[in-house]
Amino acid sequence: MPDKIPVTVLTGYLGAGKTTLLNRILSEPHGKKYAVIVNEFGEIGIDNELVVGADEEVFEMNNGCICCTVRGDLIRIIDGLLKRKGQFDGILVETTGLADPAPVAQTFFMDENVGAKTALDAVVTVADAKWLKDRLKDAPEAKNQVGFADIILLNKTDLVSADELKDVEGRIRAINPYAKIYRTKRCDVEIKLLLGQGAFDLQRILEIEPAFLEKHEHDHGHDHHHDHSGHHHHHGGLKHYHDEEMQSISLKTEKPLDPDKFLPWVNELSANEGPKILRLKGILSFRDDPQRFVIQGVHMVLDGDHQRDWKEGEKRDSRLVLIGRDLDSKKIEEGFLACAA
Amino acid sequence: MVSVERPSLTDKLVSFDAGSQVVGVHFVRESAAIARGDGEILIAGESEARVKIHKGAILATAGDGKRIFTAGDDGKVIATDIEGERETLVDIGHKWIDNLALGPDGALAWSVGKTAYVRGKKAERSHDAVSTVGGLAFAPKGFRLAIAHYNGATLWFPNTDATPEKLEWKGSHLGAMFSPDGRFLVTTMQEPALHGWRLADSQHMRMSGYPSRVRSMAFTADEKWLATSGAQEVILWPFSTRDGPMGKEPLMLAPGLKNEKVTAIACHPKQAMLAAGYSDGMVLLVRLGDGAEVLARRPDGSPVTALAWRADGGLLAMGTESGKAALLAV
Repeated sequence: MPDKIPVTVLTGYLGAGKTTLLNRILSEPHGKKYAVIVNEFGEIGIDNELVVGADEEVFEMNNGCICCTVRGDLIRIIDGLLKRKGQFDGILVETTGLADPAPVAQTFFMDENVGAKTALDAVVTVADAKWLKDRLKDAPEAKNQVGFADIILLNKTDLVSADELKDVEGRIRAINPYAKIYRTKRCDVEIKLLLGQGAFDLQRILEIEPAFLEKHEHDHGHDHHHDHSGHHHHHGGLKHYHDEEMQSISLKTEKPLDPDKFLPWVNELSANEGPKILRLKGILSFRDDPQRFVIQGVHMVLDGDHQRDWKEGEKRDSRLVLIGRDLDSKKIEEGFLACAA
Repeated sequence: MVSVERPSLTDKLVSFDAGSQVVGVHFVRESAAIARGDGEILIAGESEARVKIHKGAILATAGDGKRIFTAGDDGKVIATDIEGERETLVDIGHKWIDNLALGPDGALAWSVGKTAYVRGKKAERSHDAVSTVGGLAFAPKGFRLAIAHYNGATLWFPNTDATPEKLEWKGSHLGAMFSPDGRFLVTTMQEPALHGWRLADSQHMRMSGYPSRVRSMAFTADEKWLATSGAQEVILWPFSTRDGPMGKEPLMLAPGLKNEKVTAIACHPKQAMLAAGYSDGMVLLVRLGDGAEVLARRPDGSPVTALAWRADGGLLAMGTESGKAALLAV
């Protein structure tokens, strides 16, 4: 398969610090060149010929599926950028603070040309440590952005107390236990930790078990945790919340799955529950199959393929995680386990 | 599967390296002008030249036989002649110009985001579409421009103040083409389908069943068929009757190898023949009457992105995504 150009999607509610991060990515020497798709030219302080303005046009696909929306402008812009392939290492897509990340993510699955030549590398969400809690209550977009994220920059940590920080991190974890969280002040995170995360990310997500998370939370943003190491035994100082609306489900089985059961099941799940599913990711072991099967989904859009051979000694189990709204976790778990061969 | 015993013209093919992704080919007098993704134009054939035209990528191309017109992400539309002499026709700065169309009497149309512009003999006019413009096409007769956009297309008489006519159909319309007799407008869509309207009564025509998006289409020399890319075979829709393709099955010719699809189409300007380029780089000449095929270019793994015939039909130019180009005297 030819090398796909990695695409990083940058989201975050208004004022969280996206532009600060974008300016850093464009100005700091990190050895890579990025084509950047922005909403507003004016906010970017750098004149760069690889900075492109977008219109955030969300198009419905004409296939009868209500949540199959794509960003028409992105398709057009990426088609154009692909004509100068080789002149940049990756693409960065900034979304407006009020945008739902789903149409952006879906674009990379729904458009054949974009999907064939680029790959969604990570959704990076910048969150305001001081105001995120409020936004999670009053702005569904903010919750979507947290639910969608692979990486969350919990920014402006200097504006809150240590307790407030733990609290907001707990709120994030209640929605999305899988995202990597970096605590930052002025988005001061190493750029290489955000870009080019690739397949590693999928692997990493699936290695985390939510029960485990509570104890080992200090694995995240470890350089900020030294000062309260005494709290490790109880949840690393993290308060445990349950979000009433949005939750994650982590499924695992050591029994090989029957693809003839699993694929129809997951297709039906996404067809019926798709509007409620923000993200779905899995690495699966099918019966008599020497290869790992990976699956990704956004709402009703699913994309699955064989990834590589199982390595010798590698544990062949199947893991599937979902983040969504009002999901019936018991029913989904039963459905998943019934796919065993 | 295609017969391996297909006759071949590949020994007559003159291949050369274009150096970068070919995004469009147009004949300029006797020579082929090859537009590259990185902003350069290569003139090949009777004359030879290589000129850097745009700072960034070339996003759209057109030709009138005398010059090649290119639009770039540097906000310029530039016309270049056979000597490589250029004229900057539009310069709007840091914005992408991603559609271009040439009309009667040297009229030029281009679009920037939602706005379509037309420059005719009299003046320059603009029209704001409901969404980003997907495609532009001048009607064969009369000074009329079709603008494809989200949820339909708009027909606009730039020289009048009449309200532009709206043709509606749900979805994102990306390319536009009038039938040569001016009776139909056809658009390519984000979905793997074409949409058409009979302009007399806005009657819809839905042409679907493609496995992938249609990116290239052309009417045959006799104007009876619309040949399209997007499927494993060349799909030809009948346009000769009053109803066009409504309720009719398309003709399917020249299947590609294995699962390869047609990516580019150019109809011979005089004869009942077309050239089809495939996703593996193969180019076939296909006779319309009996579907007989002649191999023009062997597959090399990279999709054919541009095909063009010289006006007299004596020379075919082709280019690929990996930057290969070739000329074939027929």
